[in-house]
Amino acid sequence: MDLRFSKEDEAFRLEVRTFINDNLPADIRERSRLGYAFRKEDTVAWQRILNKKGWAAYSWPVEYGGPGWTPTQRMIFQEEIMMGNAPEVLGFNITMIGPVLMHFATQEQKDYFLPRARNLDDWWCQGFSEPGAGSDLASLKTAAVRDGDDYVVNGQKIWTSTAHNADWCFVLVRTDPHAKKRQEGISFILVDMKTPGITVRPIISIDGSHHLNEVFFDNVRVPVKNRIYEENRGWDVAKYLLGNERTGIARLGKSKERLAYAKELARDVQQHGRPLIEDPAFRRRAAQIEVDLKALELTQLRVVSGAKANAGKPDPFSSILKIKGTELLQETSELVMDVGGPLAMPGWAKELSAMSNQPPYGPDWAPAMAGPYLMLRAASIYGGTNEIQKNILTKAVLGL
Amino acid sequence: MDFELSEDQRLLKDSISRLLSDTYSFAQRRSYMAEANGWSSKLWDQYAELGLLGLPIDEKYGGFGGGPVDVMLVMEEFGRVMALEPFLASVVLGATAVKLAGSESQKSTILSAVAAGQVKLAFAHGEQQARHDVTDVITTAAKDGNAWVLNGAKSVVLHGDCADKLIVSARTAGTRHDASGLTLFLVDAAAAGLARRGYALRDGSRAAEISLTNVKGELLGAVDGGLPVIERVIQAGIAALAAETVGCMEAMHAMTLDYMKTRQQFGKAIGQNQVMQHKAADMLIAMEQGRSMTMLAAMMVDEEDAGERAHNISLAKVGVGQAGRHVSQSAVQMHGGIGMTEEYAVGHYFRRVMTFEHLWGDTSWHLSVIADKVA
Repeated sequence: MDLRFSKEDEAFRLEVRTFINDNLPADIRERSRLGYAFRKEDTVAWQRILNKKGWAAYSWPVEYGGPGWTPTQRMIFQEEIMMGNAPEVLGFNITMIGPVLMHFATQEQKDYFLPRARNLDDWWCQGFSEPGAGSDLASLKTAAVRDGDDYVVNGQKIWTSTAHNADWCFVLVRTDPHAKKRQEGISFILVDMKTPGITVRPIISIDGSHHLNEVFFDNVRVPVKNRIYEENRGWDVAKYLLGNERTGIARLGKSKERLAYAKELARDVQQHGRPLIEDPAFRRRAAQIEVDLKALELTQLRVVSGAKANAGKPDPFSSILKIKGTELLQETSELVMDVGGPLAMPGWAKELSAMSNQPPYGPDWAPAMAGPYLMLRAASIYGGTNEIQKNILTKAVLGL
Repeated sequence: MDFELSEDQRLLKDSISRLLSDTYSFAQRRSYMAEANGWSSKLWDQYAELGLLGLPIDEKYGGFGGGPVDVMLVMEEFGRVMALEPFLASVVLGATAVKLAGSESQKSTILSAVAAGQVKLAFAHGEQQARHDVTDVITTAAKDGNAWVLNGAKSVVLHGDCADKLIVSARTAGTRHDASGLTLFLVDAAAAGLARRGYALRDGSRAAEISLTNVKGELLGAVDGGLPVIERVIQAGIAALAAETVGCMEAMHAMTLDYMKTRQQFGKAIGQNQVMQHKAADMLIAMEQGRSMTMLAAMMVDEEDAGERAHNISLAKVGVGQAGRHVSQSAVQMHGGIGMTEEYAVGHYFRRVMTFEHLWGDTSWHLSVIADKVA
């Protein structure tokens, strides 16, 4: 047992960090540091910079245009991206649809979609959840009926992140309403968002941002050749997709960066007449987060080092990483907001954007402090609520 | 010991509850927010007619002569609907300051105008650099002949954008963190040299940044003797916000229970899962503990012993802050995606409770005040 990174890994970390420092536009970095979400153009611009370097598809093998990194290198890369306030590569493209295409798609589909996904020529989104199918995903109802060489799709998806930015959507549809088990009779199809009959309606989140959408399908014709894998076997594809990227979900680098940012700000604001960083309560809180971060980091490394053995299979550890990782994202964003105090409270979101051309009402760190805290309440809901994750643990691991 | 409400208090609670249930649906609230002031001027007049705007004001100034428990009852009802009107700013904070510090003539002119709804007050004490520290004031007031002239800036002044008169704290002696040398002034909102920039807080209620450049002010209370008044005004504000938080918690808990019974997943209502049931029970526990602390805060507002009063108000601020955070985070979590949306009320309650917690000392600030006295 040796818990240290190898010399090669440390050199790799430095190489990534240097590249980010030298190539990330300063305004993108600064906006992220202050707590603003990345804009579409930020994510696109940065992913193309990375793609030129050969790093955008960071988890892909060389044959598909990835760098062919080890699981440890991938983890280091992601962490440096987050700690450097760079936009994360678009997960829908790189860690979700990419591996699915590599594993299940025809050569023609791979040749067309993979390079475009890598360079973010296509922005992908995920059409899984429905109004009646959230935690209980297999109860989805959106129907696809064969008509010649097309499926005709009718139904509704919800919580579709970034659908308003997207060019393509991978969608779970019901192709056999009479299947014995609900998980059977589902197919996985790729839908061009420009197809007639698709309506995207924004859902504004409690931080005032537009991230989520409802997507309505009204007689949308999707060529049968855009189906991935066999008809009625889409659940297998979805399971592969969800089980594939198990370490990214914790977003540990983001929590580390937020803790560092909170400490930095705590030097500049005060509590009881002295810098907040000297306040014993603040110090204990930061210390507790540091303990939890370290534990999660090592747990994640244990998963990463065993990754090859379990590739493509759901792993109970992904539930542990999801639960602890999202708790830390929430705690660190809460800490940043609390450092701001009353100055973090102004900002009815709609008004904030209208005010963006005016001088700030206070320090430049203040307006975007509460937004991430609000938005990250969703972290314990999306991707399988933390309650569902615990159900997975009790059933799959504990056998209860 | 008696936790029962008097007959008058029950009537008060019922009448405000009836008024708000007819006038303050979530959709109606949205329309009030879109009004020029960000709240309903029509309802404000109705509050005045009901006598609510004179609730804690002496009868001899045209008020109702109520006490902190009456304020608690009303704030709880306001919390349940997330009322937007400047009741806290004008009737609780402003009137308390005038009551404690004002001369007889100031009391009789201002308090009667507040009770009648003709004048709205705001309490302009906090400053950007101060964060939660009460004595951190750098705004100055200096004597120019017979007049006082104020210079500086005030931050996150609740309903400071619509107030007719501001009660401004300023330094007449000492330096930044000194406890002595603070003085209160009445400043006309239209006074020359006063500029204000109004905005909505995260919860949709209004506040303002206020700058003062050679602004004339009228002395309110003793020169250099402002701090005890400032502290009591804030304590009355904390007690009121605690009650409003309880109202928010009640609403969130009720919405969550409702959702648990109706939302179906895996072929049954999600409320049939024991993990959800325990979470709902934990919310109830937090809410009732918070309610107890709110009662404590209300009982302490008129406590004469300053140390006892401050200590117990800090206990209540921590207790209610933690309860509010727990209940609102649970409410969003148990709703799932829908709880994260602007279209649904639970997220609005969440933000309201979050905003309250960050005013006048957050949980950590008050906990450290208590911790410093552990012996």
